[in-house]
Amino acid sequence: MSMTPTPPTDQAVDLPTDLEPTASLAEEAGVGAGSAAQKAYRPVSRGRLVWRRLRRKPNFWIGAVILALIILFALFGDLLNIYELGEQDPYSFNAKPSGQHFFGTDAIGVDLYASMTEALRKSLLIGFLAAPLATVLAAFIGSLAGYLGGFVETATNWVINLLLVLPVFYVLMIISPLLSSMSWVILVVAIGLFGWMIMAQIVKNQTKSLKEREYVKAARYMGVGTLTILRRHIIPNVASLLIIDATLGVASAILAETSLSYFGLGIQAPDVSLGTLLQDGTSAAVSRPWLFLIPAGFLVTLLTAVALIGDGLRDAIDPTSEVNRA
Amino acid sequence: MTSYILRRFVNYAILTALATVFVYIAASTFFYPRRRYLGRNPPIPEDSIDSILTGYGINDKDPVLLRTWWWIERIVTNPLPDKLGHDLGNNAVIAEIFSRAGVSLRLLLVGAIIAAFLGVFFGVWGAVRQYKASDQIVSYTSFILISTPTFVGGVILQILATNFNNATGHQLIRFTGAYTPGITGFWPQLMDKGVHLLLPTIALALFGAAGYSRYQRAVMLDVLGSDFIRTARAKGATRTHALVKHGVRVALIPMSTYFAYNFGTLVSGSAFLEIIFSWAGMGQYGIMAVQQSDVNALAGTVCFTAILLLISSTLSEVLYAALDPRVRV
Repeated sequence: MSMTPTPPTDQAVDLPTDLEPTASLAEEAGVGAGSAAQKAYRPVSRGRLVWRRLRRKPNFWIGAVILALIILFALFGDLLNIYELGEQDPYSFNAKPSGQHFFGTDAIGVDLYASMTEALRKSLLIGFLAAPLATVLAAFIGSLAGYLGGFVETATNWVINLLLVLPVFYVLMIISPLLSSMSWVILVVAIGLFGWMIMAQIVKNQTKSLKEREYVKAARYMGVGTLTILRRHIIPNVASLLIIDATLGVASAILAETSLSYFGLGIQAPDVSLGTLLQDGTSAAVSRPWLFLIPAGFLVTLLTAVALIGDGLRDAIDPTSEVNRA
Repeated sequence: MTSYILRRFVNYAILTALATVFVYIAASTFFYPRRRYLGRNPPIPEDSIDSILTGYGINDKDPVLLRTWWWIERIVTNPLPDKLGHDLGNNAVIAEIFSRAGVSLRLLLVGAIIAAFLGVFFGVWGAVRQYKASDQIVSYTSFILISTPTFVGGVILQILATNFNNATGHQLIRFTGAYTPGITGFWPQLMDKGVHLLLPTIALALFGAAGYSRYQRAVMLDVLGSDFIRTARAKGATRTHALVKHGVRVALIPMSTYFAYNFGTLVSGSAFLEIIFSWAGMGQYGIMAVQQSDVNALAGTVCFTAILLLISSTLSEVLYAALDPRVRV
């Protein structure tokens, strides 16, 4: 069966290429060409379906491989290095990247490679903790407001709009004195607490149409509790949106952390993160560019990888997203 | 239509006012301006610190809500120059805003407008040439640009400009501050400001355009599949005519909302750029206010930003109504 997308033509402009060959449509419906007799009508689970589409997205693979490499580097990169985090090498100040110091050293001889692995660990951890937190909040608040309607919905609308009046960075900046006096875990919580609003709005609107469906009504009239209905019927229906949101949220959480730390409002010494490394590197950006360009390169690569994964996921979960995402 | 827009405006205005008050409460709770006067040698007597802080209206010995009330009272009753109180440098916040706003707005508006045009253009272009090499190049470039925070982009541009200046042997691209002090004459000054505007505007515009182009591409793809484009082609309109007159116009409608929503991102992005390029603008004022626990200065910055966003949201509603006849009843 041909998996190659048809060459794009002007006519194909409104169709995602992964739906082009009829053979792949048949495959998606579960009619495997090889063992058609046995599997002919076996329903394909949604997860498998999404995975089938996903593995044909080059963007997803590029992003996933890059992200995996960065995670591996963050976890095991320091095994290659003889310098400890924060250790100073009195014989090489401001050293360029070399076999001795892979990423060079700063003005007091601190090895950048050692700081880099630690910073990546911290930034990745913040991203992967804060983003799911925001998504869970969005799912819970959005679906509850949409399902209950009335006063709860009005109140939620006001809270959401109030939080959206100011750029999120300004809000985080204002509470930063609180954040910097505590551990970085509070920073994670804060980034999560101020990152759910837009997704909650989308979930809320979806829920409002979902709750009119027959199976939801049936469940309600049978006396199933609100939270159970949300868990069983509403949330699974918006799960794909939530997965995309959680993925892209990783990038925005890392970006928020980096921006705050860059201005000295987030991660505080002796902790290091990508933001603090960039801050330290900025003053030397022209004379000793490696101190800035290496952390910047890692940050941009990491965020790009996450964005590519999110883009691939969006196309795979919602095959029409290429044509009618608005 | 006017009543619709008016209603939206009043709604936004209430939200803006509420948000600003909440910000004042939050800042008064979390900031500790007293620290600025502690630990001095010789130590400042506590009474003096108290009277200084009370003078600014930020004494932490007064309850937060009372201080907030005083702040609102000052806004309502004081004459304009005193409305927002004084910052810790004892300058009137309103005066600071007036002297800094121009610098910020210059960067922000020029950047936002260029970003919008570039974003729309590349988004439409990518959609029309979907999956072709040019679309792929635009797509990947925008992925990378979206992932480049403005402060990283700004510093990279500085490195490039320095290398360029060194290579040519002249200070062709000057990028520190908003202008060079001491230049006289209208045209030289304008020229000088333009040169200083170059790098931060590029950084802001590229970052903004990348986000817009992704969104515009998706919307445009949606429009390209719709029946009215086919109808336009069927009645004999050329491809360009159908795409531009019928396609882009419709695809711009959801964009008008997105512009307003994304304006906040540009505001914080330009605040970063002001710090990087040492512009004495509002963003720099705000970040300095946080670093120095300056409640009044921060509240002033937030007021300014909130009003800016209020205007941009209202403008986007107007734009929406102008583009979409269905709203115009």
